[in-house]
Amino acid sequence: MFDFRIVTSWIHQMLTSYMSEGWALLIECVAIGIGILLMYAFLAIVLIYMERKICAFFQCRLGPNRVGPFGSIQVFADVFKMLIKEIITIKHVDKFLFALAPYMVIIASILAFSCLPIAKGLEVLDFNIGVFFLMAVSSIGVLGILMAGWSSNNKFSLIGAMRSGAQIISYELSVGLSILTIVVLTGTLQFSEIVEAQADGWFLFKGHIPAFIAFVVFLIAGNAETNRGPFDLPEAESELTAGYHTEYSGMHFGFFYVAEFLNMFTVAGVAASVFLGGWMPLHIPGLDAFNAIMDYIPSIIWFFGKTFFVVFLLMWIKWTFPRLRIDQLLTLEWKYLLPINLANLLLMVLIVVFGLHF
Amino acid sequence: MDITFQQVVFWVLAVIISVFSVMTVVSSRILRSATYLIFVLFGTAGLYFLLNYSFLGAVQLMIYAGGIVVLYVFSILLTSSESRKPDKLLKKKMFAALVASLAGLGLCLFVTLKHTFLPSRFQEGELPVKEIGHALLGMDKYQFLLPFEAISILLLACIIGGILIARKR
Repeated sequence: MFDFRIVTSWIHQMLTSYMSEGWALLIECVAIGIGILLMYAFLAIVLIYMERKICAFFQCRLGPNRVGPFGSIQVFADVFKMLIKEIITIKHVDKFLFALAPYMVIIASILAFSCLPIAKGLEVLDFNIGVFFLMAVSSIGVLGILMAGWSSNNKFSLIGAMRSGAQIISYELSVGLSILTIVVLTGTLQFSEIVEAQADGWFLFKGHIPAFIAFVVFLIAGNAETNRGPFDLPEAESELTAGYHTEYSGMHFGFFYVAEFLNMFTVAGVAASVFLGGWMPLHIPGLDAFNAIMDYIPSIIWFFGKTFFVVFLLMWIKWTFPRLRIDQLLTLEWKYLLPINLANLLLMVLIVVFGLHF
Repeated sequence: MDITFQQVVFWVLAVIISVFSVMTVVSSRILRSATYLIFVLFGTAGLYFLLNYSFLGAVQLMIYAGGIVVLYVFSILLTSSESRKPDKLLKKKMFAALVASLAGLGLCLFVTLKHTFLPSRFQEGELPVKEIGHALLGMDKYQFLLPFEAISILLLACIIGGILIARKR
């Protein structure tokens, strides 16, 4: 299996042969930053196209099909339209907070995105507390949403932001606890080690019953965390026009929109890495020939394949279920998901203590 | 070049922390104060990351920036309205505040300048999570199970008190 560390260490050696260690690190940091931003933007375009096509499929429509083959250039055209639109300044708003809010949201989203291990040896932020760091940076985004709602000077925006804040703070608990279930099984918080530990079977199979419950709870809570799917009531268009980003225009609106899609990708990527083995190929202990064949498929394809599969699951949920009311949403979290999660954590601890996992 | 990149990063963070700390207390609009406070907390988290103590940095982001400031913002949104202007500052109050802040500054300077700092024992690499976990939940010397549990009881009491106040009939 190709290890990307060969490439990265070759680049590092080439740079250090020309300049001192510090400058080489600086150049690498800038290059990685640009790389992440490019990938972020490209994935956003792919996800938007995918969303429109899948939405059309679920509603028995065709979706975009005029611009380019199968409408594939449509989203690029939309992005350029968005980029050249005017950013309207609104009267009687707190201009500083109004302009800051989309950047808070997108920075939190990018930081969380860069924690994902994309391929073998290709991780950007890989602390030994990786999962915890991802939870921490993704919790900053809610501040941007609250700020946007407040500084818009608009009742609908404020209600949307309050709903979103209540929702994200509640569902963060479930996301954390369901990942913690798997952390109990592995005994590490580092993403690369979590993926490495799944070389002899993905955690969904290794942890059997509690892992499966945790996976389902994670998908539900992750969907709610990103304000999508049946949980999109912060921007419920029938009651709140567009929620917290009603007053935003041009690329400032674009930031909220892109961050929402990439948050979904991050949730799917975490689900793929933690439960479905990330870039680790499908290995079945005992079948050596089968495992060797699976190793020929590059790790990057495994990661993106699994992640887009989970993204498809999330979109399926979004276009199938009707929207929840705010009291139903909070009841679901505090009366159902959280107790289930705590009991599930206990079950996982018992299974690990008695060695009942595979 | 005798300044290292670490020093550059340290100075940038130090400037960010001190400028935004001053702006937090000077700003007259309360939500802006909260926003500047977030930047101070980000800067502090950055210092922890600079020290390679990523656990404390992530805790800082999670608890303070993602938890406590969100609660601040929530309570500001629920209680204050745009139209309320801050009260005029009285001469007497201004004088008292000035004396208090000067006294605080003097005390801080006295302690920092008088204190003899131990030589730094900087370890390369990250602190293993296992060590942090054992320190937090161990019962030996330099381990913190008792304070951990005491704080848990304090938080539980706060939650019960909050519910009691909110449900008062």
